[in-house]
Amino acid sequence: MSAIAVLLLGLAGLTAGYFLYAHFIAKRVFQLDYGFRAPAHELEDGIDYVPTNKYILWGHHFTSVAGAAPIVGPAVAVIWGWVPAFLWVVLGTVFFAGIHDAGALWASVRHQGRSIGSITGDLIGNRARNLFMVVIFLVLLMVNAVFGVVIAKLLVANPSSVVPVWGAIVAALVIGQCIYRRKMNLLTVSVVGVVVLYALIGVGPYVPLELPDSFAGLPANAQWIVLLFAYAGIASLLPVWALLQPRDYINGLQLCIGLIVLYGSILIANPAIVAPAFNSSVPASAPPIVPLLFVTIACGAISGFHGLVSSGTTSKQIDRETDVRFIGYFGAVGEGCLALAAILATTAGFASIGEWQNLYTNFGEAGVNAFVDGGAALVSAGAGLPESTAATLLTVMAVLFAGTTMDTGIRLQRYIMQEWGEMYNIPALKSVQVSTLVAVGTCLALAFGAGGLDGSGGMLIWPLFGTTNQLLGGLTLLVLTVILVRLGRPMWYTLVPMLFLLAMTLYALLVQLKGFYLNGEWFLLGMDGVILVAAVMVMLEAAGALRHQFREQRLAS
Amino acid sequence: MGSKRDDRPAEPRQRAAVGRVRRILRRVRYYAEEYYNAPYRATIARARRDEDDLFMLLVFSEMMGVPNPASYYTMELQPLLMERFHDWHKRMGMERSPLDQIRCC
Repeated sequence: MSAIAVLLLGLAGLTAGYFLYAHFIAKRVFQLDYGFRAPAHELEDGIDYVPTNKYILWGHHFTSVAGAAPIVGPAVAVIWGWVPAFLWVVLGTVFFAGIHDAGALWASVRHQGRSIGSITGDLIGNRARNLFMVVIFLVLLMVNAVFGVVIAKLLVANPSSVVPVWGAIVAALVIGQCIYRRKMNLLTVSVVGVVVLYALIGVGPYVPLELPDSFAGLPANAQWIVLLFAYAGIASLLPVWALLQPRDYINGLQLCIGLIVLYGSILIANPAIVAPAFNSSVPASAPPIVPLLFVTIACGAISGFHGLVSSGTTSKQIDRETDVRFIGYFGAVGEGCLALAAILATTAGFASIGEWQNLYTNFGEAGVNAFVDGGAALVSAGAGLPESTAATLLTVMAVLFAGTTMDTGIRLQRYIMQEWGEMYNIPALKSVQVSTLVAVGTCLALAFGAGGLDGSGGMLIWPLFGTTNQLLGGLTLLVLTVILVRLGRPMWYTLVPMLFLLAMTLYALLVQLKGFYLNGEWFLLGMDGVILVAAVMVMLEAAGALRHQFREQRLAS
Repeated sequence: MGSKRDDRPAEPRQRAAVGRVRRILRRVRYYAEEYYNAPYRATIARARRDEDDLFMLLVFSEMMGVPNPASYYTMELQPLLMERFHDWHKRMGMERSPLDQIRCC
């Protein structure tokens, strides 16, 4: 099958979703009102609440939700064949992610720009709000651990990307100083920054850097994991203007360039998809496709994490309520496009099915490395770059994304921990240094605890991360459904996705629980157990809250 | 860019072209700056406000019985900072003005 045909089909599906389904949802379900005074105007303070141009707001909403996850998930999930992954990405984006992201944004806009967690506290109860915080903490913990492992694997597999990856961080530090201290012209600085980044990518293959095979008893992979967490811990403590802000900016530019190069290469090279549509010879280590597909691809289809971004920051800056459709729903569509590119790179970027099968011999093993290999073949065929440079380009793209998520994740974990310190009055937890250390420590423990000293087993957590993320998505959809029921609006558009998501999550947790038990992976079994308890509690909360609403409505009528 | 041929002499034509490029650049710069600043506006503004709050404390410290060796100089600043005084004491968790001399609410 031609990759262009699949690409166009996918884009057509997403476009139809935006123009037809999102239009319907905005008109009939959310009933977005142009005249509604958004929190950005109502509570304008020049700090949190600032009305912002909708295209700019979309830009950073999209770049904060798009990361390495929509690349890793599809890259792992194509092991079952490309059709299931493709269908889940397209249908998931249209019927799940779009309404979830836009819904979280809308709910927040209608509640003074507050976060979904705090809205949950008001609508459902304090227990649900605490549950929300625990689930968020688990998501962050897992995403940090997994990304540490993913980056380490990439850096070991592609030593040529070491110089550009760390060079990009130095470049970002310099850009931060130039703009904040020297007040230099942003346009000049960004052009220079992008040129430097791509020059480093060009230089990378000539100066490959590898860590020693063993240092203090740790293999190279584990050394990278430790170094990465040390970096993430330090980066999360720096003032945002010094590193986070310039690096996010350069990453955003880089994401656009990377997506254009990848899509352009597919259009020019028109490769054939070599991977099977439905893989009939799935490796024995792979879990069953139902329900695992729906938690392996979380970001890119539906991700609870987006609700945090939607309701935390974006909603406070939205200019008009009607912008919710463009920013929330189209943000999800953008992420779907990234996942689509990942599917095509991992299925069409190989010369033969044999080569593809060699890479996908074990569940969770190929992942993002398959994206880099396949994507590099596509880019070198389409854009004419040497394959080593193309591989460096894609590695840098994936690593920078994952790195950004890591230090933002550690920062958020620290905030949660400090909040717990306040709540339970533990002075040590309130301190910035201690809470950062605890955050980094728990992530490291998870990365190593899951797969031994070399940290190679960390990818086993990926589906667990997916389940937690979907749990968060389910909670957000629950809040949305409660709001819609209260307003007397149609609730099926959020209720059905919620039921499907929670059912798949619970099923996946049970399947994984059995797998961990049979393999004797006690650490992961424990993690699974914790998430299972959280999932059951979420479901009880959901049932209780909805029953309460229905009873009230019956009484009222 | 239009289909009509431009019959103006070279110089004004160039000037118009330069003007157009400038306008486009200004627009691009606006978008780039917004994209750079918008996500972190809140964090940076809050950090700046924290610094300003500390400065307020320094300026009004003598009135609250906290000795300040620079009070001779900071006294001059008090009228300039009066405007911000009300917001400041509310932010510091004091519903009413803490100073007898200043009754802002």
